[in-house]
Amino acid sequence: MTAQLPATLPITRGCPYAPPDEHRRLRDEAPIQRVTLPSGETAWAITRHEDIRAMLTDPRFSSDRRNPNFPLLVKGQRINTGFRASLIGMDPPEHGPARRKVVGEFTVRRMEALRPRIQEIVDQHIDAMLAGPKPADLVKALSLPVPSLVICEQLGVPYADHEFFQLHSSRLLSRVTPPAERKASIDALRDYLGELIERKAQEPADDLLSRQLDKQDDREELVSLAFLLLVAGHETTANMISLGTMAFLERPEDIRKIQEDPSKTLPAVEELLRYFTIAEFAVSRVAVEDVELGGVLIKAGEGVVPLSNLANRDPDAFDHPEELDIERGARHHLAFGFGAHQCLGQNLARMELQIVFDTLFRRIPGLRPAVPLDSLPFKDDASVYGIHEFPVTW
Amino acid sequence: MRIVADTDLCIGAGQCVLTDPAVFDQDDDGTVVVLVEHPEGGQVDSAREAVKLCPAMALSLQE
Ligand code: SF4
Repeated sequence: MTAQLPATLPITRGCPYAPPDEHRRLRDEAPIQRVTLPSGETAWAITRHEDIRAMLTDPRFSSDRRNPNFPLLVKGQRINTGFRASLIGMDPPEHGPARRKVVGEFTVRRMEALRPRIQEIVDQHIDAMLAGPKPADLVKALSLPVPSLVICEQLGVPYADHEFFQLHSSRLLSRVTPPAERKASIDALRDYLGELIERKAQEPADDLLSRQLDKQDDREELVSLAFLLLVAGHETTANMISLGTMAFLERPEDIRKIQEDPSKTLPAVEELLRYFTIAEFAVSRVAVEDVELGGVLIKAGEGVVPLSNLANRDPDAFDHPEELDIERGARHHLAFGFGAHQCLGQNLARMELQIVFDTLFRRIPGLRPAVPLDSLPFKDDASVYGIHEFPVTW
Repeated sequence: MRIVADTDLCIGAGQCVLTDPAVFDQDDDGTVVVLVEHPEGGQVDSAREAVKLCPAMALSLQE
């Protein structure tokens, strides 16, 4: 039996650029070991790149969040919402056909067709930032509205309601939201999306939700999908814009490199995704059979929590892993997960980040932080890492 | 060498298309389409990279 260590997950990052020291210590002691979660439950923490990839492609590990043993990071997360499983909570044979209904909306080609519109949105927000007062909050001026507008237009959700759904998304992703408030946010979003989809059934438009109405007979399943895409489309890319901008501002030579050769931006985005791994706990699973993984026996019914942030700094998978090297060119990081559930919106995220970084530093070459970077309010209290507010000037 | 794609496994993540759009494409439903079945030269490396990156293990090579 593995020794029970008093390790508790998650732990806030000491250094905003790196996984918490306690997580590294876990990895150094044993790459797979039992830990206690804030919910009070225990689970296996997995830290090696190879083990996480093997786990995420092994059907003996389930994504079904209705499983009473599914490991939860947040206390009170196991609330009965009466909500249909969304894509991320489904296993085969249910998952494949459900994902296939929507994945055509996110192909590389379709994302490429969105490029001019995303560029326009980015330019408009930079125009507004330049016309407004200094310092400006990058999060409010750019990081959040750009992905928000893009996902709203794609889904067919009125952006005019953005304050409402941004508030509820951030409550859902905060680890300190009380259970009752969490449930209230879920209900509010579900009711909102249910009504919106009802309106689209009466008056279809040229958007993803209207098109899905033709493919989905199950209205509740569609509400779940809309919910997932709306929430996931917000905080993730937004946080990567803020963190990536911060990293670039500290490294003027890297800004110069992408300005001189824009083909370097996409590999840089890939490296930033690896380096920050903002959804570090996004891919928990529960074993439905006994499985031997990396020399450890995981029993049916036990939860598994991969620490993707450590796996993305696994020296067996990446050379000099603690360095941010925008020319690394390594794409096998796990920032978007792996296996059948790998992020549906990854190519949209890549494109948004690429356009934002190319445009921001070209249009505001004098951009600089308005406060010392180590004083920024980092999101140590959220399931997706990021920055709450980022004052910048130029 | 031949690239084999299991379209039942494909989840449409597009990692293959990003690796080399001259070798891989996706149809309107997101499923992989192999444009060059027998890669040569630099496309051999692309094919190997795509096999490694495909999250659904839908791609393989027959040497
Ligand atoms: S990388 Fe794999 S899953 Fe993704 S589109 Fe290509 S074949 Fe399909």
